[in-house]
Formats: sequence, C-alpha cells, structure tokens
Amino acid sequence: MRGYTPGQLAAAALIAAFLLAFLAVPVATVVYVAFAEPGGGFTLSHFATFFELALMRESFWNSLYVAAASVVFASLIAVPLAYFTVRFRFHGALIIQTLGVLPLIMPPFVGAVAMQLIFGRSGSVNLLLGEWFGIGLPIMEGLNGVIFVEALHYFPFILMNLVVAMGNIDASMEESAQNLGASGWRLFRRIVFPLAMPGYVAGASLVFVKVFDDLGTPLVLNVTNMLAPQAYLRITSVGIEDPIGYVIGVLLIGFSLFALWAAALALRGRDYATLQRGGSSLAMRALKPWQAAAAYAWIALVLLLVLSPHLGILLLSLGTVWSFSVVPDGFTLQHYATVFQDSPRMIGNTLAYCGLAALIDVVLATAIAYLILRTRLPLRGSLDLVASAALAIPGVVLAIGYLRTFRGVEIPFSGELVTSSWLLIVIAYSIRRLPYALRSCMAALTQLHVSLEEAAENLGATKRRTLQRIVVPLMMGGILAGFVTSFMTAAVELSATIMLTTSQSLAPMSYGIYLYMQSAAGRGPGAALGVLAVAIVALGTHLSHRFMRSRAVDLDRQL
Amino acid sequence: MTLKTLVGWLVAAVLAFAGAAQAQQQVLTVITSFPKDLTEVYKRAFEARNPGVRVEVMNRGTSSAVAYVREAPAANKPDIFWASAPDAFEVLSKDGLLQKFDGRNPAVPAKIGAYPINDPEGLYYGQALAGYGLMWNTRYMRANKLPDPREWADLMKPVYHGHVAISSPSRSGTTHLTVETILQGEGWTKGWAQMLQISGNCAAITERSFGVPEGVNNGQYGIGLVIDFFGLSAKASGFPVEFHYPSVTAIVPANIGLIANARNPELGKRFIAFTLSQEGQELLLDPKISRLPVLPAVYAKAPKDFPNPYGGKIKAKVNFDSELSETRYYLVSAIFDQTITFRHKELVAASKAIHNAAARLAAKPNAQGQKLLAEARELAFSPVVGEDKAKDKEFLALFRDTKRTAEKTKQVTGLEGYWNGQALKNYTRAAELANQAAAMAR
Repeated sequence: MRGYTPGQLAAAALIAAFLLAFLAVPVATVVYVAFAEPGGGFTLSHFATFFELALMRESFWNSLYVAAASVVFASLIAVPLAYFTVRFRFHGALIIQTLGVLPLIMPPFVGAVAMQLIFGRSGSVNLLLGEWFGIGLPIMEGLNGVIFVEALHYFPFILMNLVVAMGNIDASMEESAQNLGASGWRLFRRIVFPLAMPGYVAGASLVFVKVFDDLGTPLVLNVTNMLAPQAYLRITSVGIEDPIGYVIGVLLIGFSLFALWAAALALRGRDYATLQRGGSSLAMRALKPWQAAAAYAWIALVLLLVLSPHLGILLLSLGTVWSFSVVPDGFTLQHYATVFQDSPRMIGNTLAYCGLAALIDVVLATAIAYLILRTRLPLRGSLDLVASAALAIPGVVLAIGYLRTFRGVEIPFSGELVTSSWLLIVIAYSIRRLPYALRSCMAALTQLHVSLEEAAENLGATKRRTLQRIVVPLMMGGILAGFVTSFMTAAVELSATIMLTTSQSLAPMSYGIYLYMQSAAGRGPGAALGVLAVAIVALGTHLSHRFMRSRAVDLDRQL
Repeated sequence: MTLKTLVGWLVAAVLAFAGAAQAQQQVLTVITSFPKDLTEVYKRAFEARNPGVRVEVMNRGTSSAVAYVREAPAANKPDIFWASAPDAFEVLSKDGLLQKFDGRNPAVPAKIGAYPINDPEGLYYGQALAGYGLMWNTRYMRANKLPDPREWADLMKPVYHGHVAISSPSRSGTTHLTVETILQGEGWTKGWAQMLQISGNCAAITERSFGVPEGVNNGQYGIGLVIDFFGLSAKASGFPVEFHYPSVTAIVPANIGLIANARNPELGKRFIAFTLSQEGQELLLDPKISRLPVLPAVYAKAPKDFPNPYGGKIKAKVNFDSELSETRYYLVSAIFDQTITFRHKELVAASKAIHNAAARLAAKPNAQGQKLLAEARELAFSPVVGEDKAKDKEFLALFRDTKRTAEKTKQVTGLEGYWNGQALKNYTRAAELANQAAAMAR
C-alpha cells in the first residue's frame, strides 16, 4: 500500500465537508446557543432557568425514570429468554429468535395507539379483567404507558446482545464452577451472568439511549412532560429563539454520551476474553417436562405481549368503530382505500426520501470504509469517529440544529427555504443512519483480503478500476445490507421527521401516521398507513437477511 | 439486483417525484391547526375548481403555527392562516402579520350573539362557528351507571369522580377558550372554584386538546370537555358518543385570514372566498368535519340533529370577551398549570377526601365536621390569585410581555413556583381536614 492519491484526498475532503455541514456544525450550534448569552459570551443562566421551571425539572426526572424503568422491564423480558436459548435444548429457541425481530419492525409510536385500545383504562384487557375479577391494571396510564410500549419494543436489543455474549462463554468456566459445587441460580448469578455482562451492558445502554431520546411514543401517548417532547414543543411553539429547547438538546446529547460512555467503562479493565473459540460453549441441557412447560408459558406470554401492538394496529386498521369494547364492532377495508386515495404521495415520499438517504449512506460508508482500511490518509480515523458519533445525537437535537443553522437560508435559484424543503429530511435521515451503513460496509471490507486488490493491480488495473471491478462488487453484500438497514430504520423515523416536515405534500408516512391519529375519523386510516409501513419494514428485513445469506454463499464460491 | 440498477431506479424515482412537484405551477400554502380530515376535503374541492393550482397544507398546533408565521422570512410566509382560536388571530393582527382585504360574504351575519363574526378591520373572517360543551361515551356511561351531564356544574358532583377529562389551556387553544368561557360566565372566583372542582374529578389532564375526544372515543374517559366539532364529528363517524352544549357556553368563530406578504395573495383571496361561499360552507357538513357553518342558509341542508346556533336553540349565555381573554391569556394558563396540571394528583386526592367526607356527613350530620369540610373546600377550591389581583394592570403586564428580560423571567418563574407550592400545601391540608371531618361523622 502506498500513501494516498489526490482522488482519495478529495473524496475524504468531500465526506468531511458533508459531515461538518450536516452533523458537526448543527450540533455545535445547539450546544453553542444553550450556553450563549443573547449578546454573546458564555452563560449558564439558561440552564439555571431550565431547572427553575417546575415543568422542566419534572420532565427531566420523568425522562430519566422512564428510560431506567424501560431498561428494567426490557431486562425482565430479555434475560430469561436469552438464558433459555443458550442453556437449554428445546424447540422454543426458534420462536425466541423470531421474537428478537418482531418488535423491531414496528416503530413504537405506531403501536402505541393500538396499545391504548388493548391495555388502556377501557382497553380489551382491562374490560375483560373488570368483567371477570372486577379489577383494572393502570398499564397505560401516563408514564407507565410509555415504559410499557418502549420496553416491549426495545427488549430485543438486550436479548440479541445477551445471546451472543452468553454463547461466547467458555464452558470450562461453568464446569469449574460446577466442580466447586455451584449450581442453579447461584451458577447463573455468579458465573454466567457476570461473564455475559458486556453483552448485557451494551444492550441495556442502547435501550436507555433510545428510550431517553424517543419523541414519537410519548407524543402519541399524550405524554409531554418528558424532555424530548418538551424540546419539540418549546422549539415549535415558543420559537426557534427559545434557549430552553437548546438546553434540553444539550441534556439529551449529554445523557446519550453518558450512557454510551458508561457502557464502555463497564467493560474496561476487565478481561472478558476467553481462550477457546467455537467448540463447546455452555452445556446445553434438555428441559425437564415441568421446566419446559414453564419456559413455553413464559415464551407464550412474551409472544402475546410482543404481538399485541401488531395485532392491535391490524385490528384498528380493519375495524369500523372500536370504543369501550374488547374488539372492534365490525370490519372493513375502507381505511386502506382512504389511505390510497388521500395519501399515496406519502408512501411515495417515504420510498424516495429513504431510498435517497440510504443511497447517500452506502456511498459515504463504502468510501469511508475504503479510506480507513485501504489508505494511509492522515486523520482518516476521525471520519469514522465523526460519522459514528451520529449515533449519540437524538433526532430532535439534529432537527433543532438544522432549523437553527439553516434558518432563512434559501436554495439557490428556487428561492425556497432549505428548512422547508424535503432535502433536509433526506439529509437528516442519511446522517442519522450513517453509523449503521458504516458498520456493515466496514465489516464487508474487513473480510475482503487485500491480496485480491493487489492481484488486480499487479495485472495492471488502476486504483479506480480495482475499486469498481473488485472491491465494490465483493463488498456488495455488506453494502446492500447497509442500504436496507438504513432504508427501513429511516422509514419509521419520527423524531426528526416531525420537526422537519413542513407541509402535507412533503410528508413521509411516519408523519402521516402521526397526522392521521389526530382526528377521530383518522384513526383507522392512520393505522392502515402504519400497517403499510410495517409491511415495508418487514419486507426490508427479509430482503436484508436474504442479501446477507446469498452474498455469503457467493463469496465462498468465489474464493 | 446490482447496485447500478438500484441507483438507476432510485434516480428515476426521485426525478419523477421532483417532476411531479414541478408540473403544477401555482401553489397556495395554507397553515392550519385543523385535522387532515378537514383540510383534505377543502384541498380537493379547491383544486378541482381551479385547475393548475396546488394547495399545500401545513398542519401545526395553533401556537406553533403562529410561531412559524412569525419566524418565516418575509418572502417565504404561507398564504393563509386558518385556525379555531380567536386569540391567535388577535396576536397575528397585532404583530402586523395579516393582510387587510374585503372578502366578506354579505350573506354572513355580522354577529353571532354579541360576538362579531368577522374582524371589524377586515384582517380575518369567521369561517365556521364553534361552541364548547360536553362529550361523553354512551357505552362508558352505561357500564359505569353514570347519568348524562347537562351543565359544567354537574361535573363537580361526586358521581363523576375519576370519569372526566380535560386538556390544559397552555397546550390547547380550544381548552383555553373553554376555561376562559367558564371564567367569564361564572366570574373569576366562582369560575375557578368550578374549574378546580371539575379538575378534581378528572381522570386526566391530557397533554393535547385532541387527547380528550380521543380518550372519550375509545372509552378511556367517560366525559370530556371539548369544542363541539370533536364531539359532532366523532358521533358522525360512528363512535358511541353524545355531545351537549351547556348553558354557560360561548359561540365564537373559527377564522381564516390572508397572511401579510403572501406569495400568492390573489389565489389566497380566492381560497378564502371559496371557504365562505355556499359551496365551501356546505363542505363543513361532511360527517368527518361536522363544524357549524357561518352561512345561515347552509343549515337547511344539514342533517336532522345538527345544531343550529342561529336558531336560538343553543343558549349561549356568555358573550365572549376576547379582549379580556387576551389581557390575561398567559396568567390563566399559568394558574391552571401550576395549580391543576402539575398538582393534579394532590387535587384529585383532596377532592376524593372531600366527596367522601360530604357523603358521610350527609348520612350522619355533625356540625363540627361540616365546619371542617367547609374549610377544606375553601382551601382546595379557591384560586391562588384573587379577583382584584387578576384585574391589576401592572400584574397582568408582567405576564403579557412576550419579550421578557432575565429579571422578569425570574419574577414570573418565582411566582409560578410559589403558586405551585401554595397549591400543594392547600390540597394536602384540605385532604387532612376532610378526613378529620369524615372521622367526626362516625
């Protein structure tokens, strides 16, 4: 490998400029405004004002409480499931793996409305409970509802990380413990769980951050005394000048960084590496009949809970009137007809915005991966760092940053405002999803041995031709996986969307769902649009799995 | 699929998409707080009558829409502002953000009750009428064996404890109108006492105005305090709900106005004229919309049970004074939030204790107990700001200034904090007193 070519330098400069303009500067603006006096100069008075407002203090604690409680509930669901899969030999493992994907294809704000109808004060469950036992569970009351919906949505993060981590535990550790007389709960508590800690912490911190930043779910559930909704309300109704919105932005970023840092810290200074790879991990045991029954019962319960938003939204989209009853009064396809008649554009918008954003993502990600792994460009690592930092930036904060940074800026020639154009939505999507695409492109390129490129160059191919003919085609699996991941996560993104969407004709589906849900007659069509969004995401998930598998096969054949 | 075909596809899609957006020339931008159900109907009707025109709708909450219009640069303001809350239009016209023009439909009466339908200066026009009332879920009421309420005051009764819902005036312009209507109809002190007692019976103070009708529609709450079209449209959409105007209600217009420096003023005027025309007014009768037209002739085409504010059937006792409302706009919201929204748990506990004590004392009268109960009521249901203070110009000015200095902000937040603490103290004490009173009935 030589140093770098001018072309590579130019590419790096372009990427850096993009990241600077649409990530670093907007975020820096938010931080700057939060600490700046109106006339210039540093001040903490906005923070002081923030903590003087009772509503803000309350929102702050509520957000912390909801995020923490969601982690606890998500763990209660995920930890037993992970343990079952790793420890026992039984058929439930496949169901558990499905469980790990099902919630993620449905954005929490879509399911939230349906959850009201199932678990709310007069929802199906409470109506039945009231009829049978004369009791009611306040599952969806205020913050409880947010915690419930978020925990059900995000527990797979913990589940998947934990399964991987437990799978990597060296069986000899467990055997030693058993030889020393530990078993059962003690074995799990002292050996298995501590060894799986890195996976758990990684998953839990992700859940914390996601819940802490979420705007859509609380809004749909009518809860606004939390930080993200307050930031949204302050900026949209008090105005873009209101410093409190920026203070909240800084707090959101701060907590995201803190959670990610805490996760890193929890893992530092401990050696979790085990010598042995592959071969035997934890011993799999067959379940005794009663144990199997208990395990299946738990899985069935979780499955029922996990599927309830899906089922609820489907019922809502097909139901005529659903009010104070266990299921809707009747069924109809009318809501789907309404959606196709009124809002085909929203579906088109989603496909266009997310397609474009995902395209930007894979182009950037492939370029960054190449620059980092195949060149010796100075400071190339910082590209990765900055791009990945987008993970810690909540959608609300990025949107606030855009609205402020590009305030009054017009698109050349059209005289249209940047802040009211669809371009900004696309860019916000691409920045927010870049880390995902980057991970999969980096992985794809890491697996590609450099000797293939060297061979091509030895045969006289230029760098560019090598890139075109060898590198990109061989990375295609990773690129496509990155594309699909970016696409489908962007398709159901609401927090940045809701702030950056100005008019109905520019609105993507996620905004449309939110908009429809604001009127009595719109509930059905909103749910129908939600079902369509879920269908798109599910299709995407399926495709990405297929790409990954088929490319893996292809690669094997080629090498 | 290779990346190339994928790229090709995407580029084609985006181009087609951008092309579709460019194809139609004239764009009319409407910023509104109304739901998609309403705007979609008007958009379609207007586009059908004006080929080559595209109506662009921006849905925002009222206060957020005002902020948007204020902050958008002069060349990029929307053309039309369309919303329920009259105060929003007062704010806009004060800031010079509306364009004066003569767009009156002569067939629209000058006044509804004592309230002028159109802005006297021609800055905005009444497009529909709205009253405030009670909406309830008939299934919920039957299941919980609740009688149908007729008046706001009914909602103070113990039987409705935990079955009512209202939004907060600081979050919803329409709720602000409801609260202000009650305050104007009953007077400051009595109005607040009523508001506090109703809120004490509430299951929730929802965060958005739509949260109330939504909750009633799906049966989470029994009764909601709502603007009429929420109730009427839900009923027309098939939900098992009823709507009733209490006598202390005001009928006020929902307005439409041309924004100053609109990009397409002529088109905007045409749109406003359309919404005020016979055709445009008839669209309001769409079951999904169900708003009261300003044009009396349209009521001839309305469904049988459709309320007609011109016929004298809705007894709107209150002549809404929007100037008074505007002078104390922030004050009312702040008092409501500090003493009701943020202290709702304690208020509900106090109300429950008071209901309980009253029931016991009614069964076994006890003079000392009655005295304690009266004291508890006085503590729990008196506004933290007295009537005289609420009329004090200097005091009101403190809340009215939108551009506040750091010092003023401190003063206001200090006061709010004090009210909050005061409310907490009063409700806790009231609950204690009520419990003592109940104990004496034994």
